[in-house]
This record gives sequence, structure tokens and C-alpha cells, in this order.
Amino acid sequence: MSEALRTFFSPQILGPEIFYGSSVGLFLIGLYMILVKKNLVKIVIGLSFIESGVNLFLISLGYVWGKTAPILNKPELMKEPVKYAVDPVPQALVLTAIVIGVAVTAMALSIVIVIHDKYGTLDISKIKELKW
Amino acid sequence: MSTLVLYLALAMAILMLVGAFVVVVTKDLLVAVIASAVVDLVLAILFYILQAPDVAITQASIGAGLTTAIFVVVVRKTKRFEDD
Amino acid sequence: MIRKLFVLFLLVIVGFFLASVVVSVPFGAEKTIVGRYYLNNTIGETGGVNAVTSIVVLYRGFDTLGEVTVLFLAATGLAAILANTREKRKKHKEKPSLIMRVGTDYLFPAAIVFGSYIFLHGHLTPGGGFPGGVVIASGFLMLFLAQWHYKADELWLKVIESLAGMTYVLIGLIGLWKLGTFLGNFLGKGTPNMLLSAGIIPLIYIVIGIKVGSEMTGLLQNLRETTENE
Repeated sequence: MSEALRTFFSPQILGPEIFYGSSVGLFLIGLYMILVKKNLVKIVIGLSFIESGVNLFLISLGYVWGKTAPILNKPELMKEPVKYAVDPVPQALVLTAIVIGVAVTAMALSIVIVIHDKYGTLDISKIKELKW
Repeated sequence: MSTLVLYLALAMAILMLVGAFVVVVTKDLLVAVIASAVVDLVLAILFYILQAPDVAITQASIGAGLTTAIFVVVVRKTKRFEDD
Repeated sequence: MIRKLFVLFLLVIVGFFLASVVVSVPFGAEKTIVGRYYLNNTIGETGGVNAVTSIVVLYRGFDTLGEVTVLFLAATGLAAILANTREKRKKHKEKPSLIMRVGTDYLFPAAIVFGSYIFLHGHLTPGGGFPGGVVIASGFLMLFLAQWHYKADELWLKVIESLAGMTYVLIGLIGLWKLGTFLGNFLGKGTPNMLLSAGIIPLIYIVIGIKVGSEMTGLLQNLRETTENE
């Protein structure tokens, strides 16, 4: 393997492209689904994709090369936690965000059920009139 | 994070984006829901690779488990196929 | 077609700006100072080994109370929205499969025990109240799938859920009374790495686990009931 290839595939170059790239890709796919798709269930799936992309981005912000999870159950971890453990703050935030995400999804889907009950369709281009 | 784990992460990221692409193109909503469950599960593995086991276990149980169950019930109560 | 092209153009713009922001953030470097503070002080101040749990339950405990409230509102709102849907009665002809029934008999207790394990050990190992509660609810989901006539008693679910929510606030108020801060850690810190340590963290996670478990069971039952009547 040549030197250029080796530097390209070295962890420090490849890392950000995997995690940042996949989070941005997930975000864009979700945005595309919300803007283009006409089916309500798919729009809700797109919303949850956007959430997942943002969560992945936040977690990869907290990662530090060569460090381990912030569970300080070993003597050397207890003595010098900063030296060995990654940043716990984004993880705590994302833990909250995932739970809020399922609440939002459940509410949205219950509204989808009611819409299907009233109109008999999930296609947003066919839902034209307002009726009770 | 060793190089091997990084290649695993690369494979997982590709699998995740392929699953998301399947969700976009398919007309069968049940397939879309299962593919989105795959995306969420692979996301849990990525969280674990990023040294966030708390978030990984939450994502695997809530994101991949409960959300999928709710989606499947909704698809069953409404329509299975996307018509256009 | 023109709409799709327009959207793709928009996505290119959004993606370009997102990428230009993301590229400027170094991957794998130390960023926050507050995280360093939490890591250094979590054992001394809370007694909890798992730093994420300490942040979620103690340092940001008020935030978690709000999160539990949001989950409660979502479950209640879903029940209220679905209460008005039409009920079409249709009887099930086929029975649940044998594999489902027999498997659930063995897996349901295991799911309950595993969920309780997850929220009891929230301060020692990864996990906590939210995943533990959802694992318990998934046990009930298996029960709903395997036995179509099974129905969890809604009154009991609501009573358990409300008692758990009130206990959370009560623990917070005791902390306010004893230490002057809401959700103050009024119990002893104990030795790290033991089950009975970290003061109120295990208590609050038990409460959250029970609350989330009963809430999610009620949510799944609400969704299922209208399914069965289709």
C-alpha cells in the first residue's frame, strides 16, 4: 500500500468522515422524505431520521480518541477520570432527546390514525377539505 | 478506537445509509418500517463504537424496539401500501 | 418533477452549509470544560460510578422531571386523541401461533427481571430507568401479541404511574427540605461500585423505571384496543 493510501485510510482521516458524514447523510435523507414524500407515515419516519442524525452528530462530538466510556468502575479510572473517559455531557443530552423523540413520534402517529379515520387516505395531496 | 473497529464503523455507516435509502424508495410501508428499525439498530451499534453504552442501550430498546412496535400497529390500522 | 428538482437543489444547499459547519469541528478532540468538571467530581459529589447517570439524575434532575412529564403528556394525549376513533368490530378467526404462546410464557418473566435489573443497576452499569421501563413494556407487548384476550387493568396502571410520579416529586421535596436544593442527595453516598450507593440515584431510577413501564404498557394497550376492534 502506498504512503498516500495509508494516510487516507489511517484512523485520524477516516474517522470524522464516517461519523459526521453519516449523520449529515441521515439528516438530508430525512429532510428529503419530509419535503417530497406524500405518505404521512413516511413523513413521520423522516422526522425520526432527522432526530437520529442529530443524535449521532452530538455523540460523535463527545468522542475523544483512545478514551473509554464514562463509567468509572476501575481504580485508574476513579483516580484520573479525565485522562481515560470521554465527555459525558452530550451522552446525557442525547439520552433525553431519544426519549422525547419517541413521545413526539407516538403523538404524530396518533394524529395520523385520526386523519386516516376521517379521510380514508394517508396521501397528503388528497386531503383537501377541512371537515369535522 | 483501533483501525479494525473503524472499518466496522464504516461498514455500519454504509448499512445505515442503505437502510435509509430503502425506506425512501419502497412503496410497501411495512418494509419501510422494518428498514427504519434496521437503521435505528445500526445507529445503536455506532453509539456503542463511540463509547456511549448508555445511549446505545436506550436507542436499542426505545428507538429500535418501541418505536417500531408503534409504527407496525399504525401501518396495520391504516394502509399497508403507498398509492400514487 | 420540477418540485423534486427544486427539493434536490435545496438539499444541496443545506448539505453544503451543514458540511462546512461540520468540517470545522475537530473529531476526537477535547471540547467542553463542564464535562471535565462532571468527570472529576461525580464520585466525590454523588457517589455514582456511571457519570452519565449522575448527570441525568442529579446534576440535571429537574430536566429529567420535565422529560418524564413530556412522556406522560404524550401517553395521555395519545389516549385522548384515539378515544374518538371509530370502532369497527371484527372477530379474530385465527389464533396466535403456538410458538408465540409458548415462547411468551418463558420470555415474559425474563423480560420483567431483565428490565428490573437494568433500572436497579443504573448507577453501576449502562442503562437506567428509561430503557428498563421500556423492556418491561416490551414484555407486556409480547403478552398482548400472544394472548389476544389479555388486558392490563387500566386503573392499576394509572395508580402505579401516578404513585411513581408523586414519589419522584416527593424525593425532590425531601431534598429541598433537608439540603435546600430540589432533588438534593440526602442519603449517604456509600462506597462506589456497590449496589447500595450513590444516594438517591437508584431510588429515582426505580421510580422512573416503574413509571415508564406502566406508561408505555398503557400506550401500547391504547393502540392495540382500537386494532382489535377493527
